[in-house]
Amino acid sequence: MKDVLDVRDLRMRYGKTDVLNGVSFAARRGEVLALLGPNGAGKTTTIEILEGFRMRSAGEVSVLGADPAHGGEAWRARTGIVLQSWRDHAKWQVRELLAHLGRYYAPYSTANVTRPWDADDLIETVGLAEHARKRVRNLSGGQRRRLDVAIGIVGRPELLFLDEPTAGFDPEARRDFHDVVHRLTDREETTILLTTHDLDEAERLADRILILTGGTIIADGSADELARAMSGQSEVRWSRDGQRFVHAADDATAFVRELFRQYGESVEDLEVRRASLEDAYMALVRQAEHGAPRRLTAVAA
Amino acid sequence: MNPALVAARAGLSRGRIEFKQALTTPGDLITILITTGSFLAVVIWTRHTTVPGLHFSLGTTTLVSVLGLNVVVYGVIIMGDLLVTEREDGTLLRAKAIPNGMLGYLVGKVVNISGQIAFTFTITLLAGAFLFTGLAIGSPGHWLTLAWVLALGLLATLPLGAVLGSLFPSQRSAGGPMLLLLGGLTAISGIFYPITHLPVFLQWAGQVFPLYWLGLGMRSALLPNAMAAVEIGHSWRHLATFGVLSAWAIAGLVLAPVVLRRIARRESGSGVVARREKAMRR
Repeated sequence: MKDVLDVRDLRMRYGKTDVLNGVSFAARRGEVLALLGPNGAGKTTTIEILEGFRMRSAGEVSVLGADPAHGGEAWRARTGIVLQSWRDHAKWQVRELLAHLGRYYAPYSTANVTRPWDADDLIETVGLAEHARKRVRNLSGGQRRRLDVAIGIVGRPELLFLDEPTAGFDPEARRDFHDVVHRLTDREETTILLTTHDLDEAERLADRILILTGGTIIADGSADELARAMSGQSEVRWSRDGQRFVHAADDATAFVRELFRQYGESVEDLEVRRASLEDAYMALVRQAEHGAPRRLTAVAA
Repeated sequence: MNPALVAARAGLSRGRIEFKQALTTPGDLITILITTGSFLAVVIWTRHTTVPGLHFSLGTTTLVSVLGLNVVVYGVIIMGDLLVTEREDGTLLRAKAIPNGMLGYLVGKVVNISGQIAFTFTITLLAGAFLFTGLAIGSPGHWLTLAWVLALGLLATLPLGAVLGSLFPSQRSAGGPMLLLLGGLTAISGIFYPITHLPVFLQWAGQVFPLYWLGLGMRSALLPNAMAAVEIGHSWRHLATFGVLSAWAIAGLVLAPVVLRRIARRESGSGVVARREKAMRR
């Protein structure tokens, strides 16, 4: 089956500045991809090109089998978009707005997908039932965001774009949002491409993580794969006789076994920490900034 | 069903919802009432003055001319302002992100603004019927004239408002020039005083724009026929009114889709964010 997203050697240049220098990646149906990278790495540019909101300079892009630059309305009906921050439709009531925006999708129903999503069901799904009759401007930041997600999925998209969906969220709103995304991928088989600064969020939500820096993808793999491929070492901490110790071990289990064999019960406060996605991310970005960029495709080997 | 037709219908209900919101949001309602009220106040002020050379209330004449002005205020200024505002807050981008959303958006705007114009017309005419003498609102022929002048006026002004709204990068930059333009235009269009009392070159300038013809059209619909005597050429000039308003309508309808497509194509999430950041820095 054809990939939902297929990007090959995507390039974007503003004036004399190259923002994207040959970005390539693909996504299968139902996959959740997180696009990570420092500010100015080209995440938003990439996602806007895929959304069909921005023309690219060069490269081949296929989104749901079509070139997003010439997607057309039927193609548009199969995508959903949640941007960084919306302030639109402030005077509308939540339910009224969802029901209205859903109407545009009705002619695009297929044998497999009934469009739009029923407004009441959708409001329930994103947890806004008790605010259905509130005006949008009276929603809190987190509620507004849930509404944005609801609007993004009201047409039951096959592909959903989430551009920094939880920027400015408090931890509770963030968790609620993650729940909604999980429900979506479990029940609907929606393919999702999200950009984020939050490594924890990427690890939680994404099947696969792409790290974009300097206009190219420098890493592509699951959080676990990336962490392991970057640094096979784990950090072991312990204390003995009131003194604290730290050791980086390739095989933490063997190291700890040896530790107990030598010191037995005098070992206290033992902690073993696997290399995290954050460590991998930092190392990769630093490496890319200093050395020649090399693409790391982490395969669980 | 045809998706464009579905979107157009969604646009109709969108317009109804927006119009209802305008009447139930205190801020919006106050703006409408103040605009209508201040025009009415000016008119009431001149109620007992007569049109130069005739025994007819200048107030009544002005009241009717102001209806023409209202069409331009709502069709051009309010339409343009809404477009600029909604480009800034992301409504336009949202419309772009859903299938045929732009079509629904525009139909909605037209319905909403037409509704607001109908609302002001009703208030103004009700006030006129009770406070003024001489309104010719008894015969169906007059209402028919009112209907076609109004319909043509909407066609001439709404696309123009959309074009103007597309030209300005932000709401702040739009307000001043638009009001200045309207003020200047009103002065040379014979709304508050007969145009025949202006220097000839200004009369010509005024007759280029739709505002003069909307005022004239309204007067022809709602004043006694004898009042044509104080107009240019001592006539209501229906044919010319139809011609000039149609020309503006055609120009607007040709230009607006081009300009709107251009701004719609340029809309993107980062564009909306950048504009907001710029607005907040000021």
